Order: sequence, then structure tokens, then C-alpha cells
Amino acid sequence: MNNRTGSVVFTNVKKQFGSFTAIHDLSLDIEPGTLVTLLGPSGCGKTTTLRMLAGLEHPTSGRILIGGKDVTMLPANERDVSMVFQSYALFPHMSVLENVAYGLESSGMKKSEARQRAEEGLTQVGLAGYGQRLPAELSGGQQQRVAVARALVLEPQVLLLDEPLSNLDARLRRRVRTEIRELQQRLGFTAVYVTHDQEEALAVSDRIIVMQDGVIAQQGSPRELYEAPASSFIADFIGEANVVPCEVLGNDGTEAIIRVARLEHRVPARSARPGPARIAVRPNAITLEAAEEAAFPGSIRHAAYLGDHVEYEVETEAGTLFVVDPAIDRNLAPATNVSIGFHHRGIAIINN
Amino acid sequence: MERSDRRLNIALGIGLAGLVLVPWYRIEAGFYGLSWLKNFPTGSAEAPGILQAFEFGRWNLALIALIFAVAIAARFLRVSALRSNLLIAAGGAGILFLVWQGLAIGYTGWSWTINETLFGPLADGQPSMGAGAGLTALALVLFFAFGLAERGVLRGDAFVVASITLLVFLVAIFVFYPVGSMFVGAFQSFDGSFDPSGFVRNIQDPSIWSLDCLVGGNRCGIAWRTFFLAVLTASGSTILGLCFALVATRTRFPFKKGLRLLTILPIITPPFVIGLALILLFGRAGVVTQQISHIFGVEPGRWLYGLTGIWIAQVLSFTPISFLVLIGVVEGVSPSMEEASQTLRADRWRTFWRISLPLMKPGLANAFLIGFIESMADFGNPLVLGGSHGVLSTEIFFAVVGSQNDPSRAAVLAIILLVFTLSAFLAQRLWLAGKSFATVTGKADSGAHIALPRSLSIGVHAIVIPWALFTLVVYGMILVGGFVRTWGLDNTLTFEHYQRAFSFAFENGAIAWTGVAWNSFWTTMEIALISAPLTAAVGLLTAYLIVRQRFFGRSVFEFALMMSFAIPGTVIGISYVMAYNLPPLEMTGTALILIACFVFRNMPVGVRGGVAAMSQLDKSLDEASLTLRATSFRTIRKVILPLLRPAIVAALVYSFVRAITSISAVIFLVSAQYNMATSYIVGLVENGEYGVAVAYSSMLIVVMIVIITGFQLLVGERRLRRENRVATAFVPAAVPQEKATP
Repeated sequence: MNNRTGSVVFTNVKKQFGSFTAIHDLSLDIEPGTLVTLLGPSGCGKTTTLRMLAGLEHPTSGRILIGGKDVTMLPANERDVSMVFQSYALFPHMSVLENVAYGLESSGMKKSEARQRAEEGLTQVGLAGYGQRLPAELSGGQQQRVAVARALVLEPQVLLLDEPLSNLDARLRRRVRTEIRELQQRLGFTAVYVTHDQEEALAVSDRIIVMQDGVIAQQGSPRELYEAPASSFIADFIGEANVVPCEVLGNDGTEAIIRVARLEHRVPARSARPGPARIAVRPNAITLEAAEEAAFPGSIRHAAYLGDHVEYEVETEAGTLFVVDPAIDRNLAPATNVSIGFHHRGIAIINN
Repeated sequence: MERSDRRLNIALGIGLAGLVLVPWYRIEAGFYGLSWLKNFPTGSAEAPGILQAFEFGRWNLALIALIFAVAIAARFLRVSALRSNLLIAAGGAGILFLVWQGLAIGYTGWSWTINETLFGPLADGQPSMGAGAGLTALALVLFFAFGLAERGVLRGDAFVVASITLLVFLVAIFVFYPVGSMFVGAFQSFDGSFDPSGFVRNIQDPSIWSLDCLVGGNRCGIAWRTFFLAVLTASGSTILGLCFALVATRTRFPFKKGLRLLTILPIITPPFVIGLALILLFGRAGVVTQQISHIFGVEPGRWLYGLTGIWIAQVLSFTPISFLVLIGVVEGVSPSMEEASQTLRADRWRTFWRISLPLMKPGLANAFLIGFIESMADFGNPLVLGGSHGVLSTEIFFAVVGSQNDPSRAAVLAIILLVFTLSAFLAQRLWLAGKSFATVTGKADSGAHIALPRSLSIGVHAIVIPWALFTLVVYGMILVGGFVRTWGLDNTLTFEHYQRAFSFAFENGAIAWTGVAWNSFWTTMEIALISAPLTAAVGLLTAYLIVRQRFFGRSVFEFALMMSFAIPGTVIGISYVMAYNLPPLEMTGTALILIACFVFRNMPVGVRGGVAAMSQLDKSLDEASLTLRATSFRTIRKVILPLLRPAIVAALVYSFVRAITSISAVIFLVSAQYNMATSYIVGLVENGEYGVAVAYSSMLIVVMIVIITGFQLLVGERRLRRENRVATAFVPAAVPQEKATP
């Protein structure tokens, strides 16, 4: 259906609201047919970036290209993108079919043809036969699919999704994100997806762009971000991490030898230079009953039983560590002494 | 064709039509009569702008044609910075020059001597601007706006930029230009030359400023009397309004629905009707006066005619308004505050005095200021009841129409009145802003309001019930009064007054409207029906711009609009007369001036209602529509308007009704050809024809109720669910209080 899928290029885009700078000098490049996530905490500028792409905000300086065409000054209604809103923004006074046909009719398509295309769009998202209902008569998940259908029938070069799952309950969220990803891969359109939920981002994306305070903190595939975070911010934001100081002892080009507390570990090198550094240790990469020679002591400060795992805060000489332990039967009480060890697969050196 | 070229073509078409197809100057016999077609385009009075410039040697118009040519040239450039700058420059310079030449060249030549010394004397003056000038001005404004839009202003949205520019232009012409003219008028003598003596004489006049009533025992000056009256009226109506609000929300009073109906009354009542009814009750020939003098043998007095009478009439008129404001305030006090107070060992009495009342204070101050402004601006009641003890608003009127005929005095009095009302308005906006304690989170606050302390409850009932009965009697008088032959003298029932006002006959198969009221009645209906949709459209468009668009100077724009609402009708009336009597714009005596007056006077209410309603619509609805390829215009038409139906009804009804009931500005602007119902009724009252006046008034009230119902059926309800649970109750303050949202 979609051969018109387009690339997105931002060149030195800057956006100010009054004296507040929301975006500092942003440049990015999105390849056609990929799903790219803008991820970051609230206020990081990810939504502003999306809205500039949609034409709902105009950049203070810089250029935006969609499918190779400069759209920097083009108003929203003349851009070849469409958007799924966080609140869905379904028009409450129009039927589902009228909602989906709205964009086609706005583009000048004949009413009968627009209706027919809208029916096809609804079938595409599994809502055939719901056309005559009002949005208020659908469930949250169905409304969400109407919003997607409404955006997709326009066959935009780029589909924008602004936190599309945040109004769904946790159980539904998992299903709908799979649906969106399948639809994107089946139809092959370019999608830009904004979320603050790192798990969601890891699950759906080809690439993730993590933003912080109006700049890109790191971009890459989900795996790159998780396994090789560029900063402690990324390490902590993409999956949780304990950031622990260490000493790099040597680097043979593929592996580095580091010392944490009194233990030595071999980890992927990542161009670490000898001297003091930091590592990110994933909470599930810490064991509490390590063998004597590869362990250092700790003391349980707090424990929380969460059904399929137990979360501990452990006092150690490397600082307080957050530990996720799947062995629920162990259920250690506070003040219990433990011997801490690391699985070296869950350790990444942080370069800066 | 690109959108940017298409819209520019339209603007060019309008401008060319203005320059070539219609007469540039005002047609004395009326443009719509089309009598000008006979001598078009060669007659010197009828010629279009282009011929006026080159055939009749008006170089000032040639310059406008030249500026226009620049815009045409720009049209054939590709969209670029040069093109947009050319458009902005042509539009801006054109408008400025058009305004300048309009003001500078009057009927007989230069208006100001400085031009004569600079450019030499003019051979010929020019008449007022007409259709051609108007269309050209519109085109120039559009060039300017489209130029800005091409530069990417407001995200390149041409519709929004053009709307804002046009609105600013119109508000400048119809609000600021007249008020400015009035200020200038205060410093002018009859022939228009600068002469501060009238201003100096009037501003120092002891009959305005004297404080003798406080020290000397004589009467105070008119400014102070008006001020004291306004303070007393505001106090009275605020206290009564609070009592009504407490009874309606905090007691188990059985007729609460009936009480709330009271709030509609001031909207559908022409402002002098209360005064009229009071005369029928307490005047020298009034029912009560006659009974009392009959029983006690007291000589009937004239106490009603003066400040006392005006005060009673105003408190009766404005209590419902303050009631309406205070219902919201009393309900806005969070019940959990009161519940917290009770759990902290306070009894109901202490809770009311220490918690509830202090929380209502900002609301009370607001109601007081509204009462103050309303009293200051009131014209109908003082005119009917004032006699020789006038207030500022009536005194302004008599300064122009009476034997005094002193426009400078009228202007000075109007300025004083304006200063009073604007001070109250500023106090309301600046001092009270952000002081409200009412819960506005929109989240349901659980818990119930506590009942009033017993003694207080008895107290408010004791005030509310007699006053409500009094109001009922007063309105009863209006309905009954039309059927009584001569009040006090001959109390037999009759249809005589209705016949005189509204008789009609069938002659030669057609209806002949023989009653005396028909002429003004049809004029009123016509003008109200034309101005209501215009008012609603302009008001809601403005609300859309204020709520949905962020543009430079938005808060100033909003503030100026709201301020125009605080300008008393009398001041608007006098300033329109002063502004539109001479070139460049001459509109006195036409229907147009009445329509313009209504649109720009009543628009702020449409704005307020629209802002309230639109703030409840999720902004992402508009954005969704935009990203779905719709223009702003289509977004408004397809998405916003259908969702704003309750606000539209309110704005339509309100502007329609205000056009029928208002008197203060209208009385300056009516003419023999376009007489309005209210000014006709006031004429009847001045002639002592109370019967016909009352009959006509009650007829108006009935007609308004019928039409309000009609409007509501016509616009219909929002359909957001199959079983429509959305309440679309008509809220009379024109502030739709939609609670149900999907």
C-alpha cells in the first residue's frame, strides 16, 4: 500500500519559547521505512521535536526535510505527515467512519470515495463494521485503533505517534504496541514514536533517540543503548542501573580489565583508558551469594517482595546497590550479611 | 495553483472591484438604493476611485492606485522573502495612507492648517468614504496579512493572520476611533478648531464636582451623586444577591427553581421598564400611593422621582445579575474546607464567618464592582425616574439633545463617566485577578455544603422572600399595566393600548400595519436579527483567536476588547455621534451605525462565553484536524463550531436580546427612518402615555421569550452519545457551564 514512505532530516534545528530554549541545535536523520523512537523524561524536548515535524510548531532556526523536501515553513495542513495524538483527539461529534474519512475529504477527495477508503482503513486495523458508532461508544483500545486508522488512510510519508499508549491500561498496552509494530512492518511506513517509557521504546523500535534537556543524549539500536550506554543518564534511563566507580587497569582492544571494590573483571573494552572510571551494573547482574574469591561483603538494608522477584537495597563498600533477585525463596531479612558478586555480562563501562 | 496565490487573487479581486467597479465616495441617497448606477462611472459623485484619481484630479487616490499596482506586481513573483516584504509594505503603507488622507482632507479641503502650509491649499475637498474605499481598505488589510503569513508568522496560517489583522482594524475603527474622537471633541469648538475653553470651563464646573451635600446641606455635584448612587446600588444588589445565592444553594427553600428563573429577567427586560413599573406603583397616581393617601389621608408625594427612586429601580434590576454571579461563588467554596473546619471543632456559625464568607470575599468584591459599573452605565431608569435630579449618563444625553446643545460638555461628562467605570473595570481585572479562592480544578470535590446557621438562615429568608415577592409584583405591574385605561384615575380594563400600538387591518388583500408601534418594532427586529449572528460570529472568532492562538500582543488584544465592554452605552452613543457625523466616515442616521454599535458593544460577551466553552475543548482536536490536511477555517467549521453549539446559542440569544433591550447608546443613534423600540417607548413615557408604553414593553418581553426558545430549537444540541446525556441548559449569563464532556 505504501511506496511513499519518506525520510526525515533535521538540520541544526533550534526552538525557543520566549527566553526558554526547548531544543538546542538538533540534527537527526531517519531512514525510510524504520520506526524510530524519541525517548526521554518529560520536558526533554521530544514532544516539541515531534510537533515541529508535524508543523504544529515552527523552529526558531534550522531546517526540516521530509522525503527530501524542505518543509520548514510549511503549515501543518500542507505537510505529508499525519499524527496519532496522546488523547487520540477523535472528533466526538462525528462517527468513527466520518473521523477516518475526515482527512481524505480535507484533501479534496470525493465523499463517496473517501468513505470507501475509510472503510478499508478500518478493516486494516480490525474495526470493520464499527463505522457508524460514535467514538464515545468504543473502548479505549478501539479508540486508539481508530486514531491510527485515521492517520494511516492518508498514506503519509511519515506517521507520528505521540505517546499513543499512555491512555491504555498496562495489560492492553503490551498488546497494542505489538499491533502497531506489526502494522508498521507489514505496511512499511516510516514512523516516529514519542514515549517516556523505556520498555515500550525497546519493544517497538528500530532505532531509539534518547533526548535530555533539548539535546540528543544518545541514539542507536535498542541493543546498543542497553549494552553500551554512553552516559550514566542513559544507563539509568534504559533499564535501571547501578552506577559504580571503578578503576580501569588495562585494555587489550577487545576487553578491558577493571577493578571494582576489591574484585577484578573482564568487560567489553569500549575504548576505555586506564584510570578511574564508572561502570553501569544492571540490578539483575548482581548475585548475593557469590563464591568467596569473587565477592565482597554487603549488608541488606531493605527488602521488598514483588511476587516473581525480590528487590533489595544492599549496603556495600561500592555504595548502596539496587539488586533484583529472582530467588524468591531466599527472601533475606534486613541486616543479613551477603557476599556480592557481578555477572560480567551485565556490566558496561561508561566512557564519560 | 498554490494556496498562497489563490488567496492573493481573491484579495486582488476585492481591491480591483473597490477601485474600479463601485463609487469610491459615499452615495448621499444610499448605496443599496442603486440610484448611483445611472451616473456611474462618469459622475463626479459616483465615479470609482481610479477615475476620481485620473479624471477628477485627486492625486491622493492616485497614490493608493500606485500602491495597489505594487501589490499586483508582487503577485507575479514567486513566493519569496521579497514578495512577502512587498505585500507587507504595500498593505501597511496603503492602510496608513488611506487613513491619513481620510482624516486630513475634509469636505472643504485640508482639515489641519499644517498640511496647507506644507502642501499648499487644495482646490477641492472630498466627501466621506464609500463602498469603493471600504473594499480597497479590506484588500490592503488582506495584503498585509497574507504577506505576514508567507513570512511564516503564526505558523504560516493565513486565515488566522488575516482574522487577527481584520479584527484589530475593525476594533480600531469602531471602538478606539470614536472614543478618541470624543476626547478630541472635548477640546474643539463648533467649527472643529482647537479650543480648550469648553473643556476647562466644564471640568471645573461646580455643578459637577461640588460636595455641598456633605458640608453645606445643598445638593452635591452630578459626578459625586452618580458615584454615591453607584456605591449604594452596588452594596444593595450585592447583599441581596448574596442572600438569594445562599437561599438557593444552602437551604431547603422549596422554590429554588423559581428563584433561578429570576436571573433571566434582567436580560429580557428593557432597562427602563422597572422604573416604569415603579411609577405605576408609587408615582403620584400609583396604586400604592393612591391607597395610602386614601386610607391615611396623606398627600401623594413625589419622593419616587429622584435618587431614591432610581436606587430602588436599580437594585431591583441588578440584584438578579449579582445573584447569578454569586451562585457560582457560593457553590465554588469547596465543601471539604467547610468539612475540615467542622472536624476542627468549629460550629456552623463559626464555620460560616471564619471559613465560608472569607472564601467568598473576592467573589463579593467582583459582584460589587459589576453592580457599580451597571449602575453607572444605567440610562433607562434615571431617564424615566430622574426628573431634574439627573445622573451622569442622562446629563450627557441632555447636554446634546436639550436646549444646551453643548458637545464639549457632553464630552467632558462622558470622560468623567468613563474614568469611573474604567477604574472599576481595572480594579476588577488587575486587583481581583488571581484572588479567587473558588475551586476551579474541574475535579469533583466530594462532600456536601453545610447548611447555614439557623439564625442566619432565618435572616436571609426574611430578606429574600419579601424582595422576591416585590419583584414579582413589579413584573406583574408591567403585564397588567397594559390592560388598564389610565392608572390611578380610571382603573377599568381595556385593550385600547394594545390596539393603539399593534392594530392592523386587511386592505386590498394585504395587511396594513396601522398600529403606532409597528414601525419601530419591525426596525428593531430587523436590526437585531442582522446584528445577532454578526455579533456571535465576531465574538466566537475572537474567542478562538484568544484561546487557541499565541500571537504577539494577545493579552493586550484581549484586554482592549474586554475593556470596551466597560464603556457605558451613553459614552459609546455620544462618541459614535461625534465620530461618524463628518468625513472620513459618515454613518449617522443609517441602520449601519446601529448594527456596528450592537456588534462591537455586545461582542465581549460572545468572547467571554466562547473563551469559557473553548477552554474545555481539548486543543489536540484542532491539531488533529490540522494534521489531517484541514485548513484552520475548515477546522473551525467542522470541528470547533459543532462542539460549541451551547456557546453559540448563548451568544446569539444574548446579542439578539441586547439589541432589542438596550437604550443608552441607541437613543443617540436612532433616526426618523430607523427608530428602535426602546427609544420609541421612552418617547411615549416622556409624553405620559404610560399605558401604551407598558403594553409595548410587555409585548417585547413576550416576543423575546418566543425568539429565545426558537433560537434554541434551531441550533439544537450537541450529539456526542447515542443517548444524549449532555445537558445543554441555557445559562442566561451567556457563560455556558458545560460539565459533561465525553
